[in-house]
Amino acid sequence: MSIKLMQGNDAIGWGAIAAGCRFYAGYPITPSTEVAEILSRELPKVGGKFIQMEDEIASMAAIIGASVGGLKSMTATSGPGFSLMQENIGYAAMTEIPCVIVDVQRLGPSTGQPTAASQGDVMQARWGTHGDHPIIALSPTSVRQAFDLTVKAFELSEKYRTPVILLTDEIIGHMREPVDLPDFKTIQLPEYRLTKKDGEYIPYRNEPGDVPPLANFGVGYRYHITALFHDQQGFSTQRVDEIDPWLERFNSKLDKHLDDILMLEEDRMPGAQLAILSYGASARTSRHAMKLARARGQKVDLMTLLTIWPFPEAQVEALGERVDRIIVPEMNLGQLAYEVERMVGRKKVKRVTRANGEMVTPQMVLDALEG
Amino acid sequence: MNDHIREAHGLEVDEGQLPAEDWFERSETLQKLRRNKKFPTIWCSGCGIGVVMGALIRAIDHLGLKNDDVALVAGIGCSARMPIYMDYNTLHTTHGRALAFATGLKIARPDMKVIAIMGDGDALAIGGNHFIHAARRNMGITAIVINNSIYGMTGGQYSPTTPLNSRATTAPYGNIEPPFPICDLAVAAGASYVARSTVYHALELDKFISEAISKDGFSMVEAVSYCHTTYGRINKLGTAADMMRALKDTSISQTAYGNLSPEEKTNNTKIVRGNFVNIDRPQYTNSYSSLITRIQGGEQ
Repeated sequence: MSIKLMQGNDAIGWGAIAAGCRFYAGYPITPSTEVAEILSRELPKVGGKFIQMEDEIASMAAIIGASVGGLKSMTATSGPGFSLMQENIGYAAMTEIPCVIVDVQRLGPSTGQPTAASQGDVMQARWGTHGDHPIIALSPTSVRQAFDLTVKAFELSEKYRTPVILLTDEIIGHMREPVDLPDFKTIQLPEYRLTKKDGEYIPYRNEPGDVPPLANFGVGYRYHITALFHDQQGFSTQRVDEIDPWLERFNSKLDKHLDDILMLEEDRMPGAQLAILSYGASARTSRHAMKLARARGQKVDLMTLLTIWPFPEAQVEALGERVDRIIVPEMNLGQLAYEVERMVGRKKVKRVTRANGEMVTPQMVLDALEG
Repeated sequence: MNDHIREAHGLEVDEGQLPAEDWFERSETLQKLRRNKKFPTIWCSGCGIGVVMGALIRAIDHLGLKNDDVALVAGIGCSARMPIYMDYNTLHTTHGRALAFATGLKIARPDMKVIAIMGDGDALAIGGNHFIHAARRNMGITAIVINNSIYGMTGGQYSPTTPLNSRATTAPYGNIEPPFPICDLAVAAGASYVARSTVYHALELDKFISEAISKDGFSMVEAVSYCHTTYGRINKLGTAADMMRALKDTSISQTAYGNLSPEEKTNNTKIVRGNFVNIDRPQYTNSYSSLITRIQGGEQ
């Protein structure tokens, strides 16, 4: 393809098309609406379907329903809509139905500042729905990465039968950059589902493997899906001997494949005693600050997390063993910093926070490196 | 039709509208239940929901649909447990959201018969928004609303269809909220097919549900039931048999209603049973298929 100027939200739309997404349901909300607009225009061209639902609760429900029906499905929203989606994100996690949720973070809490950027949904992406559950969240730092991580989100979602959250922000979503997208024909995701009947099917079997395949509705396996605790056949159960093996598989299925799921970029400098760790729009600030710091002679490492959840515990722990201090810039009051502190201890972490809709500046990071 | 069946159901509708005798006789009801599921059901003895389940199975059977081509989607509540026992593609979802899940499924699989099973609280309180929008879009879904006038599973709290002045555990001094007329709501929102019967009139339910499933657009059948365990006890309405019998006495067929004088109609307090709307208008997934054809044909 040729180089095009586009914003992150456009790139997300194209990434969905490239990944084979053929159903989108959503509700208009700033600053994510462009994702819906581009997909309402592009999906019918490839035989896909778009619907604008009556609210975000329904949007989330509709993409799960369509996913069960066999279509790769996505929705996009922002803070308030993301809050409404939590109920059915939990449903998708519990029933292990693949789907992709784009959250273009805006300033909260509540209605907050619709056109201002934020990274305030980091913890909501992890714990927004009730109960313990596995979840994946990816966070792009550029327009091109918004495309790539959207494709990746679909792949991980199908492979591990889990909702995947593309946790981006208003800056990446609305920022325009020249990008050279790959030929979509070169992007072929494997088929992880059962699309025709072949032998017996145990929808929630606990072994072998960590992720039993999903059979699309209508292919001949008439089975039951419920978000109640269920046995291997999918029927609700209160028996602990049936619940426990399922719980064990469910809550460890991502942990067993971290090599495949965790993505991060490291820019190491020999002898560095300082490191900046960031993600999303704040990673851009951090990269700039790193260059300025190195130019004035400071030895600084940079770690950029593309996978936020599951949190890359081992990698951050190793970073903490290498350096004395980790600066964590983010556009909230220190949500990801909690996780970094959990791994390396509070004394090693310096938070650089801003939650007023403005970006963290390189100077704020430089000051923290000095302090 | 066997005389004892007619007698047992106190049928008042036209003979011609009723299912043929052989339909009932050859119904493969038992074959359409999931035998590997632990029966009995979760429902209290004497509950009306089982009657609706039977009617639904017979209707699907009557239409000659393949089990693989039928999807049942349900929300949360006593009624919403129904799909567990039935041998189709079954999706038990979150409270109130059955129609929203069903919408996605229907768009992904327009060839499947998608049937949403809900209670009154499920469909009209927490799911009220989805209910009116599914009807407005004329989404090709059949909604079956089992109306027992109460939140049964949680123990008898008042619902959007609890009659005025009735008691509930959360309306200990009587309910001061007027109830939703479910069929009127569906008609106003744009449903293609709207009908109502009661669990006393099981064969009439068979017929309405069968017609509703046959309908291309959004169809809704209200099955008036009762909850003797909560609503009946609090309001001193007697046993399940008493409440079942009351449905016969407190309901009136559309035909009989039509024969009432204007004054009698105004003063009528009985539940009118009948098919209120049966129209054809563009069904959503057909409209979307046409859209895809147009766009892929090069239209800008």
